[in-house]
Amino acid sequence: MFGEYSIGDLGSIFVMQGFAGLILFSVYVLMALGLAIIFGQMGVINMAHGEFMILGAYVTWMTSNVFQSYLPGLFSGYFFLAMILAFLASGALGMLVEWVLIRHLYKRPLDTLLATWGLSLMLQQAYRSIFGAREVGVDLPQWMLGSLKVSDSIEVPINGVFVMGLTVLITMAVAYIMYKSRWGRQVRAVVQNRIMAGAVGINTAKVDRFTFALGCGIAGVAGSAFTMIGSTGPTSGQLYIVDTFLVVVFGGAASLLGTIASAFSISQTQSTLEFFMSGSMAKVLTLLAVVGILMLRPQGLFALKVRK
Amino acid sequence: MSDETSKGLQSPLRRKLLMGAAALPFISMLPRPSFGAGPATSVVNTTGLAVTDTEVTVGILHSATGTMAISETGSIQAEKLAIEQINAAGGVLGRKIKFIQEDGASDWPTFAEKAKKLLVNDKVAAIMGCWTSASRKAVLPVVEQYNGMLYYPTFYEGLEQSKNVIYTGQEATQQILAGLNWIAKEKGAKSFFFIGSDYIWPRTSNKIARKHVENVLKGKVVGEEYYALGSTQFNSVINKIKLTKPDVIFTDVVGGSNVAFYKQLKAAGVDLSKQALLTISVTEDEIDGIGGENIAGAYACMKYFQSLDNANNKAFVPAFKKLWGEKTVIGDVTQAGYLGPWLWKLTCEKAGSFDVDKIAAASPGIEFKEAPEGYVRIHENHHLWSKTRVGKAKLDGQFELIFETSDLVEPDPFPKGYQ
Repeated sequence: MFGEYSIGDLGSIFVMQGFAGLILFSVYVLMALGLAIIFGQMGVINMAHGEFMILGAYVTWMTSNVFQSYLPGLFSGYFFLAMILAFLASGALGMLVEWVLIRHLYKRPLDTLLATWGLSLMLQQAYRSIFGAREVGVDLPQWMLGSLKVSDSIEVPINGVFVMGLTVLITMAVAYIMYKSRWGRQVRAVVQNRIMAGAVGINTAKVDRFTFALGCGIAGVAGSAFTMIGSTGPTSGQLYIVDTFLVVVFGGAASLLGTIASAFSISQTQSTLEFFMSGSMAKVLTLLAVVGILMLRPQGLFALKVRK
Repeated sequence: MSDETSKGLQSPLRRKLLMGAAALPFISMLPRPSFGAGPATSVVNTTGLAVTDTEVTVGILHSATGTMAISETGSIQAEKLAIEQINAAGGVLGRKIKFIQEDGASDWPTFAEKAKKLLVNDKVAAIMGCWTSASRKAVLPVVEQYNGMLYYPTFYEGLEQSKNVIYTGQEATQQILAGLNWIAKEKGAKSFFFIGSDYIWPRTSNKIARKHVENVLKGKVVGEEYYALGSTQFNSVINKIKLTKPDVIFTDVVGGSNVAFYKQLKAAGVDLSKQALLTISVTEDEIDGIGGENIAGAYACMKYFQSLDNANNKAFVPAFKKLWGEKTVIGDVTQAGYLGPWLWKLTCEKAGSFDVDKIAAASPGIEFKEAPEGYVRIHENHHLWSKTRVGKAKLDGQFELIFETSDLVEPDPFPKGYQ
């Protein structure tokens, strides 16, 4: 298939395709980080993860509208404020949900699947009632559109670079919080043994609430960032949920490193295959490979060693 | 429950309409319509439909919830507007149209079930409804078995014809061929890259387009790609497009994927003012989500644009906005939805009856001269004769009309040489 193209053409296409793979990788990591905390660390099967993301997207949309009407001069920088607001809004909703719903279900993790699925339907309908059934268009500042011209034929999308930078930043923050900070140790202690953690003086209810809120908040930031590459509508969250679970489960539920490794392998496989065959076929083959590997290694790529 | 819902919706709706009617002198000058002056019920209704001396009931069957609500909301709004306008102008055969709205909930078995409920329990005289081909395929056996009348608004893949359905949108050849001819002539296009969502409508449309490109235009299809519904990552295919450098990108990507596709196309540095792109799936409704700056310069090929400059459309657009809000936009399918109730009314009056068999027989030849798209006529095969138009997307989310066929295009749901 490459006979008719020049070496230069092919070279630049492979560079751009490499970037496409890296962007897909960042998108997957960003989607999965929040869930890696909620599902991976806390064991809550959060089917409403996509809806928390879309809340972030709607917050971004509202922020952009406010800036356009009242602060047009500062519009080019609104996105940073929007991401912070998205984090706070999704985090606050997460905290509320944990208090109302999730805290009653820690002993019955499978029931969280049904409860959060119901929650996702309720949130979808709420978005539909509040924001309308139609998709909304989020206006982006001019500097975030378009691409960087590296050479004559190599162009790198600016929003892709932005997502990559954001992903690195958030991943480092999460890694620090979970593995280096005192609070992260408390989280892991609570997850491993709730009763003992309580006995040594950890406020388990508070740790649970803030962990869940953190996961939801990160989902909100992801949703905010995805307004650059995807759609914002009441049911857009559904577009992400399958891929998100796939990444987290494939990586090994309790491991942050596993999530990153799995996002990397899935995204690279997918974007390489996509280049040589059609999009749907690439997806089918990627999923088949994931299913095959999970049959051989049900615990996922990286699993914590625990005494059984 | 549905009765209550429709009543609950009707009254604010009527109030808004009356407010709007003040701006339309020809309606406000009419005497207040009095119903019940039409021909006797025993004459116009011999098959036990829900027709009284003063009222006739129709059904509206679309997804008001679920993933398709994004698209179907416009159709619901257009159908309600048409019904209100018909009632304000005296109704059908002296009877006021009452509607029962059911929610297909973006779920195809639910569509079939609700269609059966409308036909068997409510005995509606006609159903305005369905949107996706999947929902129509689910409802088709039901309307055929219980002998109902369905007015279907979406442009679709063709290969279907039924006594019980009037297709008010375009079938594939009607929509596509004129657009391809135009772009081949205007841009000297020889090579085409097809990209679509992976289901029946894009695949059938692209099959027709490929035959036309290869056999008639003597051009070349340099790529044909499908992505799963809801897919949000298009960077790989965009790279392939850059590698193959087609004269025209021809797309039928639908739903949320559309938004992702155009945003990523723009981000990858593909400039639509230099790279020709022809879409058959993006209407003003979709641009709302995509954002005008991401798609400006692209060409769309269909039969209606909100910006059409004719007297009918100039009355239709303000009436629609009065009822549903200044910010709403009107896409191709919304306009086709608006045609349904009007075509049904005109057919009832020609047949002098609400009976489905008589409506089906009287439909061919029905003309609707006040159609916002200009003028339409029902063909023997229950599709519409209509013009095909090409519009160029502008920054503000509207299309600028670039080309229209000089004559009405004949609907050809079973095209020879294209299968």
